[in-house]
Order: sequence, then structure tokens, then C-alpha cells
Amino acid sequence: MSARPKLIQRYTASDRVNHGLLALAFILVTMSGMAFFHPSLYWLTAFFGGGQWARALHPLLGVAMFVFFFIAMVKYWKHNLLTGNDFKWLGRLGDVMKNREENLPPIGKYNPGQKLLFWTLVVTMILLLLTGIALWQPWFAPLFPIGVVRAAAVIHVISAVVLLLGMIVHIYSAIFWIKGSTQAMLRGTVTEKWARKHHPLWYEEMTSGQKK
Amino acid sequence: MQSLDITARSATNRTPPSIREGVEVAKLIDVSKCIGCKACQVACAEWNDLREEIGTNVGVYDNPLDLTPSTWTLMRFAEVEPEEFEFEWLIRKDGCMHCADPGCLKACPAPGAIVQYANGIVDFVSEHCIGCGYCIAGCPFDIPRISQKDHRAYKCTLCSDRVAVGMEPACVKTCPTGCITFGSKEDMKKHADGRIADLKSRGYDQAGLYDPQGVGGTHVMYVLQHADQPELYQGLPKDPKISAAVDFWKGLAKPFSLALLGIASLGAFVHYFAVGPNDAEDDEDDDKPRAAAATDKED
Amino acid sequence: MTNHWVDIKNADLIIVMGGNAAEAHPCGFKWVTEAKANRGAKLIVVDPRFTRSAAVSDYYAPIRVGTDIAFLAGVIHYLLTNDKIQHEYVRHYTNAPFIVKDEYEFEDGLFSGYDEDNRRYDRASWGYEMRDDGFARVDYSLRHPRCVFQLMKTHFSRYTPEIVSRITGTPEDRFLHICEAIAEHSAPDKVMTILYALGWTQHTKGSQNIRTMAMIQLLLGNIGMPGGGVNALRGHANVQGITDMNLVTTNLPGYLNLPNDQHQSFGEYMELRALKPIRPGQISWWQNYPKYHVSLMKAWYGDAATADNDFAYDYLPKIDRPYDVMQMFELMHQDKMTGFICQGFNPVAAVSHKAKMTQALSKLKFLVIIDPLVTETSEFWRNYGSYNDVDPTQIQTEVFRLPSGLFAEEDGTFTNSGRVIIWKEKGANPPGEAKPDREIVARLFLKIREMYQAEGGAFPDPILNVTWPYNNPEVPDSGELLREISGKAVADVRDADGRITIPAGQQVAGFAQLRDDGSTACGNWLYSGAWTAEGNMTARRSTADPSGLGVYPEWGFAWPANRRILYNRASCDIDGKPWDPRRAPVAWDGQRWSGPDIPDMRPTADPEEEVMPFIMTPEGVARLFAGMNEGPFPEHYEPFESPLGYNPLHRDNPKATNNPAARVFPGDWASFGKADEFPYAATTYRLTEHFHFWTKHAQSLAVTQPSQFVEIGEVLAQEKGIRSGDDVVVMSNRGEITATCVVTKRIKPLNVDGRVVHTVGIPIHWGFAGLTNKGYLANVLTPYVGDANSQTPEFKAFLVDIEKA
Ligand SMILES: Nc1nc2c(c(=O)[nH]1)N[C@H]1C(S)=C(S)[C@@H](COP(=O)(O)OP(=O)(O)OC[C@H]3O[C@@H](n4cnc5c(=O)[nH]c(N)nc54)[C@H](O)[C@@H]3O)O[C@H]1N2
Ligand SMILES: Nc1nc2c(c(=O)[nH]1)N[C@H]1C(S)=C(S)[C@@H](COP(=O)(O)OP(=O)(O)OC[C@H]3O[C@@H](n4cnc5c(=O)[nH]c(N)nc54)[C@H](O)[C@@H]3O)O[C@H]1N2
Ligand code: HEM
Ligand code: HEM
Ligand code: SF4
Ligand code: SF4
Ligand code: SF4
Ligand code: SF4
Ligand code: SF4
Ligand SMILES: [Mo]
Repeated sequence: MSARPKLIQRYTASDRVNHGLLALAFILVTMSGMAFFHPSLYWLTAFFGGGQWARALHPLLGVAMFVFFFIAMVKYWKHNLLTGNDFKWLGRLGDVMKNREENLPPIGKYNPGQKLLFWTLVVTMILLLLTGIALWQPWFAPLFPIGVVRAAAVIHVISAVVLLLGMIVHIYSAIFWIKGSTQAMLRGTVTEKWARKHHPLWYEEMTSGQKK
Repeated sequence: MQSLDITARSATNRTPPSIREGVEVAKLIDVSKCIGCKACQVACAEWNDLREEIGTNVGVYDNPLDLTPSTWTLMRFAEVEPEEFEFEWLIRKDGCMHCADPGCLKACPAPGAIVQYANGIVDFVSEHCIGCGYCIAGCPFDIPRISQKDHRAYKCTLCSDRVAVGMEPACVKTCPTGCITFGSKEDMKKHADGRIADLKSRGYDQAGLYDPQGVGGTHVMYVLQHADQPELYQGLPKDPKISAAVDFWKGLAKPFSLALLGIASLGAFVHYFAVGPNDAEDDEDDDKPRAAAATDKED
Repeated sequence: MTNHWVDIKNADLIIVMGGNAAEAHPCGFKWVTEAKANRGAKLIVVDPRFTRSAAVSDYYAPIRVGTDIAFLAGVIHYLLTNDKIQHEYVRHYTNAPFIVKDEYEFEDGLFSGYDEDNRRYDRASWGYEMRDDGFARVDYSLRHPRCVFQLMKTHFSRYTPEIVSRITGTPEDRFLHICEAIAEHSAPDKVMTILYALGWTQHTKGSQNIRTMAMIQLLLGNIGMPGGGVNALRGHANVQGITDMNLVTTNLPGYLNLPNDQHQSFGEYMELRALKPIRPGQISWWQNYPKYHVSLMKAWYGDAATADNDFAYDYLPKIDRPYDVMQMFELMHQDKMTGFICQGFNPVAAVSHKAKMTQALSKLKFLVIIDPLVTETSEFWRNYGSYNDVDPTQIQTEVFRLPSGLFAEEDGTFTNSGRVIIWKEKGANPPGEAKPDREIVARLFLKIREMYQAEGGAFPDPILNVTWPYNNPEVPDSGELLREISGKAVADVRDADGRITIPAGQQVAGFAQLRDDGSTACGNWLYSGAWTAEGNMTARRSTADPSGLGVYPEWGFAWPANRRILYNRASCDIDGKPWDPRRAPVAWDGQRWSGPDIPDMRPTADPEEEVMPFIMTPEGVARLFAGMNEGPFPEHYEPFESPLGYNPLHRDNPKATNNPAARVFPGDWASFGKADEFPYAATTYRLTEHFHFWTKHAQSLAVTQPSQFVEIGEVLAQEKGIRSGDDVVVMSNRGEITATCVVTKRIKPLNVDGRVVHTVGIPIHWGFAGLTNKGYLANVLTPYVGDANSQTPEFKAFLVDIEKA
């Protein structure tokens, strides 16, 4: 209706900075981690100044990433609690995939997909941290029995893969699928239209607040 | 050593075949002849220019107490009574076994940090080593150690530098009792047969060769008085194998994960073209949010 | 060694007892593994501890420290009662048939002739019955009641297996198993060898320990045989060399001996040594003594030694007593010595009763240390806390350190235990201002001579007249020295017809060419032939071994005369045929003695002549009955510190508790401890990782055994509440040490005469100088009492108590 769409604040500046750092760390951690994971990706170590540097930086970046994530987690966990509507939503994934949001029950700040992803992130990040410490040479790994280190390696990889799968979904949704989301994380705001469409309950909450 | 003699290389999708036929070598340690003099230990330190720290005595003869980045071989003493009243002091020279199927090499993520030569020697190339310690997790014998100084992995090289120029390893050269011998694996097995026959004639019915097949055989082998109970020798594994966890991690997990990630990405790709983005701005101007409509709230 | 290292590979049975060959002689031990691997030889170890030698043995038996004579005497008893001896050998090649004087007696632990006040024996009654023609009486039927064989039977009849086990603590079945294994080797073609060292020597009856085994080897017919013999595994790389040169203060080079103070006349001195045969036709080699003595004096004094001055006989000191280490420090302790030159020797660490050592050194005016390293001796005056708690302000001794090179930093020779002399090249130059020992000693000598020249003195001649013919007098060349030792003609040597056989100046070919007329000079007759006209024999490196017996005749040079097995004539029967044709170093070929080794016999001695193999004795045979200082037969005596306090064989005779002839200085009696206060039997020994007190300076070895420990068995540990790795205090009547405790299954409690005896094992290698963790000297604990014959201190058997620290 209006020439200039009305905007709603979704993320504060500090949210955005933190998420930006999180995303950056993620990219670096993934690049370094995946370099060790498969020989075909070892070339990625070149971005870090070679294998030794990649090996040394990965856990440090991983910890940094975990810290950023932890901040986000503390902040958002309330919004990611599943509600009754969410299960109905999840029962209609077909509609979700086909962008037929009209068939879906209304949702709040985050949709159940985002919420599930959130909890997946929580679990994998914790696992990655713990197993990462058990793998961390030369400081911590020698403190663990070899059996533990072996298990840690496997769990670390599985967690990483799960995390990455999640990230594929997350990033795809954010950048390509749900247009306007990027804006939320870059500028902090979404259009009313966007909010109304994707997160009607949240929109409600935000606008009713505004009205008062 | 030249690349044409390298038959396996860590973190390398496919190692080209070796164009030369190498004779497999082996070091045979006849535990029944070992007097625990540690000359091999000192020779190893001297040849490889390693200077271990001076430790303390904690109530045993083993010194240093464990392998370290500067101690690549070590005498381990075990006081056992396999049969009642038949006390034995079993002394085993511990160190890299140079497995035919080396778990360290399998686990190593750094291309060329671990190589296996045509003669069977498994060598660490520290220049390429990134110090991740995966080799430790990969090794069924708990051999490699990471240096706190340069953050790289070290272990016995089977004196690949000496063997390459036709000399025997330093420990073999030094061993005063002839308890360590070195030669082609075939010859060493033959030599071991003679030793085992001698031990059997002395009442060691279970004497035998330790050349564990679980790792494809080793290029360091033991003649044991009690081959049926290798654990007596300070925990020499009875049936060493690359751990299932490592097998999975370095085996299935790799293609499977990449495939999964690939499929997921592809899925996103397909979705994008098939369904396309979900853009709120594309929708016909419907100011009414469904939620609002549903709850009948006015704008 | 009567035999040599490589020869061990020819043995059928190897006994390691009174030593720990695998740890102390790992390189030589190779030949044990060869014998085991290649000819199925068996290895038996008898040691208070289950050692690393025992780890590779076929059979092991424990023994209480200081009771080996009882064990071995029990073996003799077993051999005699089961008739497991090599009869022909015993009859012909030993003094078994010799008839002993009527006066000889053995009663209640003492032999006839004991002089209690002087703690010595008058040995007159121990001789043979002599015939009027000057020859000893014999009875080849061995039935004469006073023939050595019968006396032996009686003497050893007390050593039944039950008694042996009661004294030694060795379980009876283990003892009997070993007796059986040994007894098999009385067969002429079965050979056993014995490898021993300090576990036998470092006792107050050390020499008798060894002799008891020598008797066993004679009874079995194993001496002179490849794979047999009595084999002392010597200590330092060249200790055999120094012994040959004159380690014992009563000796001159080549086991010639110094005159003692009663023998002021040259004639008398010679007569007492050039012993005539006491059986017909025997060689009695020492008849050649004058040749060796005169040649030695010519080597030392050159033109100053002439027939007219009895070849400078007056220059030789005439000694009043042996000046062994214990005597020296005793004198020092009594304030009767002013100075001490200590070359390559660390007495504070190495000699027993460290407190006494330190007191003794503190009384000197000066101490000179010639050593490459800082040693406990060079630091004896410095306070190292409880490790060396002295007050430097109270010690006035002036200490000089002359840094020397290390043996590997000069060329020269080593003589190994097998008497093989090997030339070695130097590996590196001595660092810094260190000088080779030769140079240090030469320069000291030149300075002293210069002072005598300038200032005169009471009797300067023995110093002033020393020949010093070296190119560079300050640094005599090793080659020059070896040539001097090997010997040369100083004047033309002529045969009976006057023809020149060796022109003046030419090296002699061997000791057979030495003369007693002053025409030859030789620094050590036994080494004669080491450097001949053909050159340096010790530098030969041929690995040819045509016989396969490990003789290696052209590898270096063995004394005497390049002979590898001593008494090798005894490897053949009386007719000259080998007992075992596969192991024949020599044999009579109808004309001569020949074979892969150099015969230890006049080469032309037809067996018909009955020249017996033991050519060094006037009897021509080996002695089962011999004049040792504490008796002609071995007898078990307790160590001076005994956990029993009495001798189970002679309970009621306190005089026979310990060796009645052992060396004790009157002031030391009070320093001995008793079992009520110090209940445990202790012994000291080496570890394979270290060489005495100096490899603790080498990092790679310090790593392999970094700090001091003591070993005890599990039972004692439990009684005392000690766990492996705990610190413990070990106390003797002379002091205490603190060390980590290794609790082990390898030391078992022993059942001795109805009580339990625990053994405490104390490795010797730590001290307060070096790179290892600091530790106490083991010799803080050991007693100052020595063997009756060799004066070696009793390092291997004493009493301690142990507590958790
Ligand atoms: N690694 C190493 N080798 C050495 C040396 C060294 O310092 N380190 N030193 C060298 C020298 S100088 C020498 S003299 C030799 C000495 O060589 P060895 O005599 O072999 O050495 P030790 O360790 O003194 O003693 C040997 C054994 O005697 C045992 N023993 C103690 N008391 C008795 C006893 O009463 N009866 C019996 N049957 N056994 C007993 C001890 O338990 C010990 O195992 O070693 C030489 N080789
Ligand atoms: N309790 C106990 N005490 C013992 C023993 C025991 O078994 N128990 N064993 C005894 C025995 S058998 C022996 S041999 C003694 C050993 O006693 P030592 O011979 O006093 O001991 P080492 O440590 O061998 O000392 C030799 C010294 O020689 C020096 N050295 C090495 N090479 C050279 C050289 O070329 N020139 C010179 N000038 N010096 C050199 C070394 O630096 C070292 O300081 O200890 C005895 N003490
Ligand atoms: C949370 C903190 C993390 C820590 C402490 C950590 C630590 C480690 C360590 C020590 C290693 C071994 C290599 C090296 O030493 O560099 C490793 C490997 C790896 N990490 Fe992490 N990591 C963390 C997070 C992550 C994350 C978030 C990922 C994400 C995708 C990841 C993926 C991987 C991968 C793929 C490997 C290689 C596994 C293999 O070689 O098979 N890590 N990590
Ligand atoms: C590199 C690529 C990334 C991009 C482009 C991206 C983009 C976005 C966007 C656009 C949002 C807003 C979505 C919304 O508000 O509905 C968002 C939210 C979020 N992102 Fe990311 N992100 C990236 C990486 C990550 C990483 C690595 C993590 C954590 C491991 C992460 C965790 C989160 C969380 C927790 C939220 C809030 C949603 C929730 O709580 O459910 N993001 N991201
Ligand atoms: S630490 Fe081991 S696994 Fe890692 S790169 Fe080095 S050699 Fe390879
Ligand atoms: S023993 Fe261990 S380090 Fe040695 S080759 Fe085998 S797996 Fe590798
Ligand atoms: S083979 Fe070489 S590197 Fe390996 S233990 Fe022996 S000396 Fe050391
Ligand atoms: S050098 Fe030989 S005998 Fe000595 S400890 Fe090593 S393997 Fe055993
Ligand atoms: S000193 Fe060492 S190297 Fe030399 S013979 Fe003895 S054990 Fe062997
Ligand atoms: Mo010695």
C-alpha cells in the first residue's frame, strides 16, 4: 500500500554483530575442519596459512564460535520453545516446502523449522565443544584415554555433519528461500509484510505493542 | 626415499603404484634373548639425536616411563608368574610396529605426513605433519607422540635413513645379545622359526611369532615365549586391529557425509528452482495478517 | 678368564653365579645367547636376586648373600657321592693322588696352624709328603687315607643338600636340580662354563668362592676345554691390562713379585721364585723367573741394570705388607700419609665405609685428582647437604685437579677379560686443557727427576736411573710403550754356538727369547710378542676362524704367546687324544702338539713323557688342595655381618663364625653391626644402565636410570608398610641413605636355619656429582673388612635395617 514499506525491528545491532561474527567463525571453522575431514578438501588449509596453522586455529575458532553461539543461545532460547501450533505446522511440511504458508497454522517469532534447527545447533555445538577438547593437541588430548579420543573424533565428525546439514537449510532459507530474512540479520528490520506473512503471531505481538 | 618407493601416503585419495618392487623388511625382536640392557634405547637416542629429560624413579625399571617425542623405543619390564612358582621377568622393547595396514596412516589427515615405503617402513614426514594427533587415535599400539615443542608427531622410523643406504637400524646394530635382527621379512620369519623351535625345546610350548594379522602383519615382529598371552608383555595387544571407530571415521563416514551434504545442497538447489523463493513482497497486497484475521483484531 | 669371551659359545651349560653377566657384561653375554641359540646350551643363574641374567636363563635359584661356598661345597659333595667326576682327568691332571702331610688337620672350622693373634695361618702343615728325591708322594689308586682325594671326601661330607639349604636358603629341590645339571658335565665330551665376578670376589672369603668352583671344574674335567674353564668377567675396559701390569701392590708386571723386606739378597729372591718341579719330568714354568725379572729390570733401568749390581735389585722397594686400597686408607686414616695421587679412581664413591674415606682424605696435606670429570673424591671437601655433610672450613687438604683425557681420547691397548690385547685408535682429542694420562704422568716424573737431580735425596738412584728413551719425553708414544713392554734385544742375542739370533735393537718374538744375562729387555714377559719385528700384533683384525671354535688367532694378540685357552693340553686325554674331537684346541699329532690354538705345552712333549698340563705349578697338575690364606680346602664362613651371628657348621666355635684370616683392622671391629639391630641381609651391585659413578654424567644414560633406588621383596615390603615408589631409609651401623624403593617379586624371602632372611638390594651408581638426581653413595653403608687373599672389601654381604622415610 504504502510506497515505503513499514519496517519492524527484528534484531538489535548487538544481535547482528554477534550473528555476523558467528557466521564468520562458522565459515572459518568449517573450512578448517572440513580440510581435515577429507583429503579432497585439504586445500582449504591454504586459507589459513597451511595445515599446521589450520590445525592450530580450528579449535580456537571453534571455541570463539561456541562463545558467539552461546550468547545467541542465551538470548533466543525462549523464542525457540516449541508450542502446540508448531506440531501442526510440522505435520504440514509439504505446504511448508511449497511456500503455501496460507495452509499453515500461524506461528510466532520463529517457525518450528527454525526452532528445531536451533535445538539441533545447541546439541551439536555442545558436542563439538566437548569432543573438540578431547581432540585438541597438544594441550588436552593427551589427558584422555585413546578410546575416548577415538569416540570423540567420530562424534565430532557426526556432529559437524549434522550441524552442516542444518546450516545448509539455515543458510538456504536465509539467503535464498525466505526473501527478506537476510535483511533482518543485516539491517535488523523486516517489512511488516514479511512479518505478517512468515511470523503472524510475532507480527501481532510487535504491532500491538507499537500501538500502545 | 623417493616417491617411486612410496606405496601409501596419508590423506591421499589414490597413491600411484610403486614402479619398483620393494623387498619387505622386518625387524625381529626375540624377547627371549633380551636382557633389558636398554642399549637399543640409547642407540636410538644417539642416532636420532634425541635428548630425553632426566626423570625420576617411580619404583620400576622402566625409564623413561613411557614413549615420548624424544623416546622412540623403550624397554618395558613385566614381572609375571604365568604358572605358579614359575616367575618370569619379561622385558619387551616397545616402539612402532610398522604395520602393513597402519592405523596411523589411515587416520592422518595431512597429505604425505605419513608414508609407507615399498619395504614396509611406515615413516612420519614431520614437514607435512600438522600435529593433530589423529595418528595416536589410529594406532592400535599407542605409539606416536606429539612434541610440545614443535607440535609434530614422532615415533620410530625403523631408521629409514639408515635402511635406505643399506645399513641396519641403529638399535639392531647396537643390541649386544643379537636379540634384535633385521632383514627381509621372509628371512626374519625363518629365523623366528628356529628361535621358536629352540624355545619349545626348552619347555615354552606356547612360544611363537607375533606378527598380528589384524593389522596385516607388522614389520617389527616379536618372538614371544608366551605367544598365546601377549598381554603379559606389558599389555601387548592380543589381536590388534584398527579400532572400529577409526575405521568408520576414516572409512564410511567420509563419503557418506560428503554425500549427505551434497544431497542437502542439491535439495536446496532443486527447491530453489522448483518452488522458488518465498517472498512476502511478491504477494498481492493483503494488509491483513492471517493471524489478525483469525483473531479478528482490527488494524 | 682361563678361556675367552668368544669361547663361551662352545659351552653346553653356562652357570652365572657370583655375577650378573647380562647386566655387567652385556656385550660378552652375546656368547651366552649364541651358545643357547646354536648349540642348545642351558643357562643357570644363582643370585640373591632374580636379575636380568636370570630373565633369560633356563633355571634360577636364589641364594643368601655370602654363602656360595656352602652351595658349591654341596655340589662337590654331590659329585663325589654320586661319582660324577671325570676320573681320568682327576687322577692325572689334579693333585688328587698327592699325599698330604700327617700334621694337616681340620677341626671345628679351623685348619691346623692357626695363629689367632695375627689372624693368620702358618701353612707348614698343609704340604705334601715328600720323597727323599725331592718329589712328592702320590697314590694313583686314590685310596691312601691322606691323599688329597680322600681328604676331600671327608672334608666335604658335611655339605649335604639339607645342610646346604639350611645355610644358603636355596630351596633343596632347586639346589639338587642344579647339582644334577652340573653332574652331567662330568662326561668327557660335555662341558660347562662358569661366569662370575664380584658376587664372588667381594666377600671376606672371595678367593675361596672362586676356588671352590675351580675345584668343581677340575672334578668335571672342564679346565682347558673349549666351552669350559673358570671365567672371571673383569670390570673396567682395561682392568685386565692393569692387573697384568701390576695392580696388586705386591706384584711387578707379569705377576712377578716384589721382594719383601726379609729378602734383601738377589740370590735368595730368585731362588724362592724359580721353583723346581716336585714331580718328575714336569715343566714348572716359573723356573724361567730370572729371565723375566732381569729383562724387566733392563727395560726399566737399561744400562744402569747390570750383572754387577744384580740388575739394580736394590732399586726395588722391599715391602713389609701389601699396600692395597684398604691398607692405604687405613694408613691415611691413622694420619700416616701426607699426599695421595688419585688417577682414574673415585675412592670416596668406590671404597667401603664412606665416612672413614672422608675422614682419611681430610687428614692429607694434598690430594691430586687426575680425572676427566668432577668426582665425589674431588668434591669430598664440599658440603652437599645430607649427601655429603662435611664442614669445608675444617678440611685443610689441598686438592689439585689435573683434567685428563678419557680412554677413548688416546690410542693404545685394552686387554679384555679373555686376555686378548687389542690396539685401539683414539676417537677424539681430549677437550680443553685436558691431557692424556701418559703426558700427565710423564711430566710429573720429569719434574720429580729434575728435583732429585737438583736437590739429591736419601736414595735418588731409582729415580735418576730410570730409562726414558721416548722421542718426546713429555709425551711418550703409545707405540713406544707397547714396544718396550713387548721387549727387544739390548745386546746381540746369540745361540749356544755364538751365532747372532736377534741383533741388538730388534724386537723379540716372544718370551721364549728372553734372557737372564741382561741381553734382553722386556716390560712384561706375558705381553712379549705383542709387538714383534713384524709389527704390532695387537692391531691385527683378521676375522678368520678356520676351526670354527672362535679362536680367531689373528685378531689382536692374547697373552701368553697368543694362546686363547689356558691349560689347553688338558683338553686331551693322557695319550694326547681330545676328550671331544669337535672341541679340540690342540692334540698330539704323533710328532707335536698342534691345532687351532697355541698349545699350552712344550710342543714336542710326547704324551709318553707324561708332562702334565698345568705347567705353572711345580706339580704339573692342578691343585684341589692348595695353600690359600684361610686354608687348603674351602670352608663356609659367615659374612662379617651375618643375619645368623653364628656359623651353622660350627655353632659353638665363635672363632670359626667368620673367615679367621680375613683382613680386619683392629679399629674397625666396632663398626660392624649385629642382626638384632640390623636384621636384613644387604648387598650392593651394578645396573646395566650405568658404569659405576661416572656415567651419571652422561645424559643419555642418566635418562635410563635417573635416580637412586633400593630393591626389596614383596613380603618385607608388606611387613614394613612400604609400597613401590615410596622413599625409604636404609641404615647400617656405619650410616644411612634415603632412596626410592622398588618392591619386586624378584627378591624372595629365604628360609635360613629355621628363620626368614630378607634381602635388601642396593645399586651403587648414585652420588652427588653428575647429571642424575643427586643420591647417597651406597658405600655409606658397607663395612671396612677385606678378603683374606685379595683384600677386596666385603661389598656384597652386610646388615641393614629399612624403614619407610
Ligand atoms: N653396566 C655396568 N657394567 C659393569 C660395571 C658397571 O658399573 N656397570 N662395572 C664393571 C666392573 S668394574 C666390574 S668389577 C664388573 C662386576 O660385575 P658383576 O660382579 O657381575 O656385578 P655386580 O652387579 O657387582 O654383582 C653381580 C651380582 O652379584 C650378586 N650377588 C651379591 N651378593 C652375592 C652372593 O653372595 N652370592 C652370589 N652368588 N651373588 C651375589 C648381586 O645380586 C649381583 O646380581 O662389572 C663391570 N661391568
Ligand atoms: N658397594 C660397592 N662398592 C664398589 C663395588 C661394588 O660392587 N659395591 N665395586 C667396586 C669395583 S669392582 C670397582 S672396579 C670400583 C670402581 O671404582 P672406580 O674405578 O673408582 O670407579 P669409576 O667410576 O669407574 O671411576 C673411575 C674414574 O676414572 C675416570 N676415568 C675414565 N677414563 C679415564 C682415563 O682415561 N683417565 C683417567 N685419568 N681417568 C679416567 C672416570 O671419570 C671416573 O671418575 O668400585 C668398587 N666399589
Ligand atoms: C566448539 C569448538 C570446537 C573445537 C574445540 C574443535 C576442535 C577440533 C579439533 C581439536 C579438531 C582436530 C583438528 C585440530 O586439532 O585442529 C577438530 C576437527 C574437526 N572439526 Fe572441530 N572443533 C570445534 C568446533 C567445530 C565445528 C563447529 C565444526 C563444524 C562444522 C567442526 C568441524 C570439525 C571437522 C570437520 C573436523 C575434522 C574431523 C576429521 O578430520 O575427521 N569443529 N575440531
Ligand atoms: C553464514 C551464514 C549465515 C547466514 C547467511 C545466516 C543468516 C541468518 C538470518 C537471515 C537469520 C534471521 C532469520 C530470522 O530471523 O528468521 C539468522 C538467524 C539465526 N542464525 Fe544465522 N546465518 C548464518 C550462520 C549462522 C550460524 C553459523 C549460526 C550458528 C551456529 C547461526 C545461528 C542463528 C540463530 C541462532 C538465529 C536466530 C534464529 C533462531 O533463534 O531460531 N546462523 N541467521
Ligand atoms: S599428528 Fe599424526 S595424524 Fe596428524 S598430521 Fe601429524 S602425523 Fe598425521
Ligand atoms: S604401530 Fe602405530 S604408529 Fe606404528 S605403523 Fe602401526 S599404526 Fe602406525
Ligand atoms: S629402528 Fe631406529 S628409530 Fe626405530 S627404535 Fe631402532 S634406532 Fe630407534
Ligand atoms: S639392546 Fe637388545 S638386549 Fe639390550 S634391551 Fe635392547 S633389545 Fe634388549
Ligand atoms: S662397556 Fe658397554 S659397549 Fe663396552 S663392552 Fe661393556 S657393555 Fe659393551
Ligand atoms: Mo671392578
